[in-house]
Amino acid sequence: MLSIKNLKVSIEDKLILKGLNLEVKEGEIHAIMGPNGTGKSTLAWVIAGRNDFTVEQGEVTYMGKNLLDIPPEARSKEGIFLGFQYPVEIPGVSMTNFMRTAINEKRKHLDLKPLSGAEFLKLMEEKKKLVKIQSKLTDRSVNEGFSGGEKKKNEIFQMALLEPKLAILDETDSGLDIDALKVVANGVNMLRRKDNATIIITHYQRLLDYIIPDFVHVLFDGMIVKSGGKELAFELEEKGYEWIKNKSE
Amino acid sequence: MIANNNSSLKPHAFKKAMIALFENKHDQIPGNSSDIIDKLRQIAFEHFKQLELPSKTMESWRFTNPEPLFRDDYIIDFESKFQKIDVSKIFTCDVYDLDTYCVTLINGWFAYKNSPLSCLKDGTIIGSLYKAMEIYPDIIEKYLGSVAKISEQSLISLNTVFMQDGLFIYVPDNVKVEKPVQVINIVDSDKPVFLQPRNLIIAGKNSKLTLVHCDHSLTHNISFTNTVSEVILHKNAFIDHYKVQNKGRNSALVTSMFFRQEQNSTLNNNVMTLNGGLTRNQVDLSIKGENCTAELNGLYLMDKYQHIDNSVFADHAAPNSRSNQLYKGILDDQASGVFSGKVLVRRGSQNTMAFQNNKNILLTDEAKINTQPFLEIYADDVKCSHGATVGQLDPNAMFYMRSRGICERTARQLLMYAFASEVVKKISIEPLKDNINKLVEKRLKGELSICDQCILNCSSKEPRFVQNILD
Amino acid sequence: MQNNNNKLIDKFTRDEYKYGFYTDIQTDTASKGLSEDTVRFIWAKKKEPDFMLDFRLKAFRHWQKMKEPTWAHIKYNPIDYQDMIYYAAPRKKPQYENLDQVDPELLETFNKLGIPLEEQKQLAGIAVDAVMDSVSITTTYKKKLAEKGIIFSSFSEALQNHPELVREHIASVVPYTDNFFAALNSAVFSDGSFVYIPKGVKCPIELSTYFRINAANTGQFERTLIVAGEDSYVSYLEGCTAPMRSENQLHAAVVEIIAQKNAEVKYSTVQNWWPGDKKGKGGVFNFVTKRGICKGDNAKISWTQVETGSAITWKYPSLILKGNNTTGEFFSVAVTNNMQQADTGTKMIHLGKNSRSTIISKGISAGNSNNSYRGLVKMSKEAANSRNFSQCDSLLLGNRSGAHTFPYIDVQNKSSVAEHEATTSKISEDQLFYCLQRGIDMENAIGLIVNGYAKDVLNKLPMEFAVEAQNLLSVSLEGSVG
Repeated sequence: MLSIKNLKVSIEDKLILKGLNLEVKEGEIHAIMGPNGTGKSTLAWVIAGRNDFTVEQGEVTYMGKNLLDIPPEARSKEGIFLGFQYPVEIPGVSMTNFMRTAINEKRKHLDLKPLSGAEFLKLMEEKKKLVKIQSKLTDRSVNEGFSGGEKKKNEIFQMALLEPKLAILDETDSGLDIDALKVVANGVNMLRRKDNATIIITHYQRLLDYIIPDFVHVLFDGMIVKSGGKELAFELEEKGYEWIKNKSE
Repeated sequence: MIANNNSSLKPHAFKKAMIALFENKHDQIPGNSSDIIDKLRQIAFEHFKQLELPSKTMESWRFTNPEPLFRDDYIIDFESKFQKIDVSKIFTCDVYDLDTYCVTLINGWFAYKNSPLSCLKDGTIIGSLYKAMEIYPDIIEKYLGSVAKISEQSLISLNTVFMQDGLFIYVPDNVKVEKPVQVINIVDSDKPVFLQPRNLIIAGKNSKLTLVHCDHSLTHNISFTNTVSEVILHKNAFIDHYKVQNKGRNSALVTSMFFRQEQNSTLNNNVMTLNGGLTRNQVDLSIKGENCTAELNGLYLMDKYQHIDNSVFADHAAPNSRSNQLYKGILDDQASGVFSGKVLVRRGSQNTMAFQNNKNILLTDEAKINTQPFLEIYADDVKCSHGATVGQLDPNAMFYMRSRGICERTARQLLMYAFASEVVKKISIEPLKDNINKLVEKRLKGELSICDQCILNCSSKEPRFVQNILD
Repeated sequence: MQNNNNKLIDKFTRDEYKYGFYTDIQTDTASKGLSEDTVRFIWAKKKEPDFMLDFRLKAFRHWQKMKEPTWAHIKYNPIDYQDMIYYAAPRKKPQYENLDQVDPELLETFNKLGIPLEEQKQLAGIAVDAVMDSVSITTTYKKKLAEKGIIFSSFSEALQNHPELVREHIASVVPYTDNFFAALNSAVFSDGSFVYIPKGVKCPIELSTYFRINAANTGQFERTLIVAGEDSYVSYLEGCTAPMRSENQLHAAVVEIIAQKNAEVKYSTVQNWWPGDKKGKGGVFNFVTKRGICKGDNAKISWTQVETGSAITWKYPSLILKGNNTTGEFFSVAVTNNMQQADTGTKMIHLGKNSRSTIISKGISAGNSNNSYRGLVKMSKEAANSRNFSQCDSLLLGNRSGAHTFPYIDVQNKSSVAEHEATTSKISEDQLFYCLQRGIDMENAIGLIVNGYAKDVLNKLPMEFAVEAQNLLSVSLEGSVG
């Protein structure tokens, strides 16, 4: 599904990703772990298509296409979803209006009829149940005045609505209390299918108690320095990132 | 506001008189020896003829009636009054512990003890502009008239037409002037006078200068001072500039300060107006280089029939710079105030941060304030905001203090003091800050007599005329 | 709200100025040029009472002595007031009992405009007075309103049927001496709307006027007068469009509102005159004087405006808060794109004690346009304990446009409070990327964000108008990025 080969990316002439390789297949959950400042979020931005990076070298293919040539909204319509580490507030724009616009844009892309208001509301209720969000988040402006936990739950809710093929969750677990964490994990598990994939970017092993990854990768200094099964996460938790640092030096 | 009596002229009549004066007595203006100055005067004269003198019909003078400024009985003397006197005999500075290079201008002419123009060890030149025209024609030619908007404002062109003397400072590259320079402008005349001092301050690359500019009158006679200052900050220069004034109620003081900032330079400008008849402070900042910072602060405490007009303009003509305007005022009795702030962000000046804030407290129903914080923005990647408030002291704070047993009067004074201190605390010269703090406090308590309000007390409480000293 | 969003999204794909068609209706016009004869011609044509000729001529003579104002932040080529037609009426006499009698072409025009003229839409509960090229075409719902004693008619009819009412109030808020364009309007205005709400009556439906300039070389000078008696309430909507023409058309209207004790008037405008093409050719010059007076105690007037059209907008809907405890509100969204120029804002003149005013202005500038807020808040010596809060924000799209804020605050007593705040910003890259990541394309993302930005104002509009306004915001900004 997603294939990243020797990816080198810089921001303002500073090389952040220094030759990264990653293969993600349908049905898989990958966890990318690593200390702060090693390029985890940059990887997420590059896959989603933010343009303040320069790809120096390497390739990213998604469903057989060169992903780097595609504008971000088209990537989204093709099924890529990014759960933002810091979801953006958009004052005055209601969640309902926002998501309905997004869904209908996607439907237009897929040659489907746009959803009517009633249909959309119904869909929204369904998905709310699925990801166990009871709050009235959808009546409010996008992320405006949301608590940290609400913002992250809202990302999962959007993911449920958009049903992505490839979801990247960037530090979705950071700053969450245990209940919010369970909501997030439950959302990811409920949405898991044979034909989609998830990349979880996290600093801590905690989220992985609730979402069992197929693969764990350790990102350090712009490269994946170690890959393994879920047991790698426990090892990391136990030994700390110093262990990786020492090993890689 | 100064009295509008029979001697006042309509602007056009005053303009005519000024034109005639220049045409007839052009040769007698001191400092005319050099071609450079003569050429500049001629250019300014041509502009002056084209421009209108301020009147209430002009947008920039809508709320300040300039007509009382224009009189037919001003003494305009072209005889050089370049004076060698011991200034300390007239007065001493009241700001204790303020160790400065102190220079004095009396009725627009430089007064000196030893030499009209001194060169410090580090190469800094401080002294008379008149003398500098003679000794440093190259510097004068390069900078004089380069920042002031001679072609746009009639009072600026008028000053340029008749300028004679004023303060000249040249700080060479990489020189940090240790002690603040203090310039004291004294008006002392027994007849109505019209004075047009001209100041030129140049801060070289990586230089540092602190300048305290004090305006002071020794008499209660009618005077109109039209001061123009040009201040140039070269790359990475730092200027800390204070303008403090205490003038009699019959004095009119229009001060126009033009600043030009080159790359990475920093300007702190503080305008403190504590007393005066009609006072207009024009701060005109032009940011020409990237990464400049400018703090433009002002405080005005007005009572009786005093009128204050602060006109502050920040022109961002380069990207990545920051300007911040903070003007606060308390108006008592029948005092009136005007704040016209403007931020202009020119096309291409991306990443500009420009802020503007004007806060006012009116203490009576007779006091008035007009505030106009304008933004004119032609670049999209900017952070600009402005705010203006007119109001009273926070009633919640008042109640809180009273509930703690503080009487209403004291509570009021404390809050006003706190209101003013936001500006006062930005003064970085400690002795000056302490002194202004005390003045503000006394002023707000209503404890000051007119004479006490002078920031620079006369050594004698009786005003004396300069002539007496010279005799 | 949901339904609202549906419509919004459905209409999102529209582009271009869709109101720019021209209706082929024969018009009855005055000859070009302006003189006392023109003024007399209009007066005679409209069979007005004598006092109107006196009023018009005084205004005309005063206008001749005045100069066009130059203080606004706008630039345009001089207007040749002699090269313009001051009166243009659809030739077929517009007196209709029911809609069947209306020229079908005209009805079609209004249908294209999407204004609810037909019976079916009347169920939506809006009474409409449509003014085309200065002449009122039809006023629906008249009978129903008459039962309550409400007068809602064209200005001409009001002059015929209620001359004393008009005489009492006309120019009482905007005297003909007020400004250049108000004087011009007073001399040559041809029609408009008149509303009178008697004491104690709450108008049960929204009243609405739709203005359209159709004929070429025509100036439109309409005049609206709303008188709300004690304890009454009315909500009034005004919409405008004009066909695409390569020359500039002048629109100089006057609106006067009088609110007596305890009365409340809500006046909403969606202004969508033809803005000219991308290069700034053509478009309507919109020089409008709107002013209301809260005459009696506790009266309240609100202005809500959405300004998306016109090549030039020069407009400052103002309020005189004369009574004690009166309330004035001004909510504005002004969008400029391409070569448009807008200089708009308000004046809040506080004269009564405890008077309150609120100003919320959202300016959005795109393309090469310039958008200025200009406003005055004045608290007189007598207006003890008055309050004003103003918030004037500007949003810049692209680096070729300008956003300006010119507030004037004048306070003359110690117990009043005036607060003004303003910010200037652009749409954040983060917000845009967030939308893009959810699959929303750039133009729609901007439409969404801008509508969100203007929401505080859009929320003040009646529902029917809100949808149209939201569409207009998005449509007006199309092509502003890229």
